[in-house]
Amino acid sequence: MGYFEMVKIAILTTLRSPATRRYPAAAAKCTPISRGRVTIDPARCISCGMCMKKCPTDAICVVKDEKTWSIDRLKCVVCNCCVEQCPVHCLTMETGYTPSMTVHEGVEVIQITYVKPERPPRKEPDSKADSGTQPE
Amino acid sequence: MSKKIIVPFGPQHPVLPEPIHVDLVLEDERVVEAIPSIGYIHRGLETLVAKREYPEYVYIAERTCGICSFIHGMTYCQAVEQVMDIEVPERALYLRTIWSEYSRLHSHLLWLGLFADAVGFENLFMASWKAREFVLDVLEETTGGRVIQGSCKVGGVRRDIPGKTLERMARDLDVFERELKDIAGVFLNDESIIGRTRGVGVLSRDDAYYLGAMGPTARGSGVGIDLRKTGYAAYGKLQFKPVVETGGDCYSRCAVRVKELFTSIDLIRQAAAKIPEGEIEVKPKGNPDGEYFSRAEQPRGELVHYVKGDGSKHLVRSRIRTPTLTNLPPLVKMLAGCELADVPVIVLSIDPCIGCMER
Repeated sequence: MGYFEMVKIAILTTLRSPATRRYPAAAAKCTPISRGRVTIDPARCISCGMCMKKCPTDAICVVKDEKTWSIDRLKCVVCNCCVEQCPVHCLTMETGYTPSMTVHEGVEVIQITYVKPERPPRKEPDSKADSGTQPE
Repeated sequence: MSKKIIVPFGPQHPVLPEPIHVDLVLEDERVVEAIPSIGYIHRGLETLVAKREYPEYVYIAERTCGICSFIHGMTYCQAVEQVMDIEVPERALYLRTIWSEYSRLHSHLLWLGLFADAVGFENLFMASWKAREFVLDVLEETTGGRVIQGSCKVGGVRRDIPGKTLERMARDLDVFERELKDIAGVFLNDESIIGRTRGVGVLSRDDAYYLGAMGPTARGSGVGIDLRKTGYAAYGKLQFKPVVETGGDCYSRCAVRVKELFTSIDLIRQAAAKIPEGEIEVKPKGNPDGEYFSRAEQPRGELVHYVKGDGSKHLVRSRIRTPTLTNLPPLVKMLAGCELADVPVIVLSIDPCIGCMER
């Protein structure tokens, strides 16, 4: 039983500097793996649609014909699932959060600029001689 | 004999910002009967199991609760792993244990802050939440998320904690423990807290047992149930003793939670020292076919996840039973006979999580 148990904490709190940051004057605290918002590199996206299939909240939509990748920031729960599933690693997780909004700005649509590289013309099958050199 | 009146309590912010409604039948200032009603924020998360593939449902299972999200995800994963006969690597089990205990620390500190606020001790509320910030920082540093960790998956965990980080985490806990001891001293010894909580909302041991109380509510009444003793994840390899208090009042329930903070710190230290090297996940093969009940100890009590699969990649049925639901009948019992002014403290003493209960 005691009446002055809180005194130590109260004095220390008064003497120490504030525990909070003066955001936005000081930058928000984040770690290298903090999940803030998903971003895409449109030059590398191959429109495979894996991110759309795996998204647990259906926030991502990929339209192959129109070559667009769109995300609804208010639906996205920043679970990192799309980033893990992307086969070409064109999605990245940024550490900064999406700023809060008062009006739903709609779905963010990004035009995919990836161009499929042309395959070099196939060589005529003159490799018979090569296969013949292999030991049996 | 005075006239009976009914005072509605909730659903708009009844002591905590979650919607539960209790009709309090009063005789003068004394509560004669409390009639709870629930169902304000049912979201139908269990139905979503049929629309999502079983590995993706972890994200939804985690979002059942915003406070003990990691343990929800882990219990769901345990259930699916049992159905599919997956043997999870040892290191993943230890990592799950470490994150579970950090979740418990964060949940208990949040509750202690809210409790101090309900008692009317704002300074202590701030001190508790400041201490909680340390735990959230560790969770963010190791999993990427402060509140929703998203680090559990069927077959293991998503992220590893490097050995050096684990050592530093164990060292940082020493400083944190010292800070916590000051706060614990106030909760356990301060006259104003004792005066407000001792002898309030008494639940006897028999009542706690027969009404199915779980977690700190049961342990505060002398029923020593702690599911961590069943040895899921890596708890079987760690040494600890469940905290049991015998008072059965709000003070005992508060004391159980305060003392569990130190048990959690000890468990994290043990796990960080014993964690083996190795893989952190195995790739699940095939689809779940069968059913399983998985149980785990949440900060509030026993959590049950039931899953049923039919061999397809979508599960057929998921059922979640959360500890708040089992702690409601004891709450009704505690409220009967108390003073109206004590109702907020008593309601808070079971640590209600309504969002979790109604899913």
